[in-house]
Amino acid sequence: MLGIALLVFREVLEAALIVTIVAAATRGVPRRAAFIGGGIAAGVAGAMIVAVCMGFIEGSLGGIGQEVFNAAVLLAAVAMLGWHVTWMSSHGKQMVQQMHRVTDSVKAGSSSIAILLAVVALAVLREGSEIVLFLFGMAAGGADQLGFFAGVPLGLAGGVAVGFLLYFGLLRIPLRYFFSATNWMLVVLAAGLASSAAGFLIQANVLPAWGNQVWDTSWLLTNGSIVGQAVHVLTGYEARPAGMQLAFWVVTFAILAAGMGVVSSRMTAQRERANRVSKRVSSGAAVTRGA
Amino acid sequence: MRRLILATAAVFAVALATDAGAQAMPEYKLALQNHQFEPATLKVPANIKFKVLVTNRGATPMEFESADFNREKIVLPNSTVAVFVGPLEKGTYKFFDDFHQATTGVLVVE
Repeated sequence: MLGIALLVFREVLEAALIVTIVAAATRGVPRRAAFIGGGIAAGVAGAMIVAVCMGFIEGSLGGIGQEVFNAAVLLAAVAMLGWHVTWMSSHGKQMVQQMHRVTDSVKAGSSSIAILLAVVALAVLREGSEIVLFLFGMAAGGADQLGFFAGVPLGLAGGVAVGFLLYFGLLRIPLRYFFSATNWMLVVLAAGLASSAAGFLIQANVLPAWGNQVWDTSWLLTNGSIVGQAVHVLTGYEARPAGMQLAFWVVTFAILAAGMGVVSSRMTAQRERANRVSKRVSSGAAVTRGA
Repeated sequence: MRRLILATAAVFAVALATDAGAQAMPEYKLALQNHQFEPATLKVPANIKFKVLVTNRGATPMEFESADFNREKIVLPNSTVAVFVGPLEKGTYKFFDDFHQATTGVLVVE
């Protein structure tokens, strides 16, 4: 039973951490719960389809179908997160202002939330398909019923509970810094997902490793431990990273950070120009009045 | 976003170009039967890339995984997958079946 609970817990935890950051990042968006719930439901359905099709995926592309599939799912999530943080940096400030007077007409965030729904779905799909295959094997292998009916809910509840703990922890961030904080978390998350994608492509021999173990911090934190796994999901931490994974991490981080910076500085420039124009107009008005 | 896609494509192109000269690499066979790896200790040479063919002879899915050399791949019953590993430095690296964590083996790189 504990084995089942532990495996379910570890896989649920990975998806739950991603869902949590997305949930925090979409704080104040109307109908957010429905979107996140929909994303999770789509992910669960997708996980079952992937599990059923695993034989096909495994055998496709000359045996590297699994790695390419995983990398594609991860990189798709990276692209969506990139789009979201770029979009958010232009709309985030407005959202903070609007949060104090949210009305039905406020559509803040709704154009980007569909993208984040997909991120939630992909995260659940990837981890969920492993749970489905594992449980399918357990059922076929004749695991005891207690293991199933106690282990699965226990693992699920544990993983979801950690997600909620993180969520309520994030809510303690002051509103002024809240969206910058969640946006940077999304950037780091995306960089980590890109690094994992690189890991799969190295495993498939599609990409060179550029050094299999650039450093070794397994004495400090192993990827096998639960804490190591959580840190891995949130930041892409590897105790023994390959050079290519580091390259993916750094490039993704740099591009997304630049995307955020460029958009928000353009916004600031626009605002300043608007301020100058309004000042000139008002001083012009004063001159007219004086004359 | 276009830049990200271009950068990824560029990395791919460079990688494929540098890898094009790769020679046929050594293969090692590993089987899983009755929740045991066969052989439980796999000896491989240091500092070269090699291919491990993992066959699942059991009735249920397994996931060949190692935190020590960063690999994970699901293997369905009665099927064989290829996992590329290395080049690794000399040492002992643990691997296991993620779906049955008591099932372990070691890779001895020498």
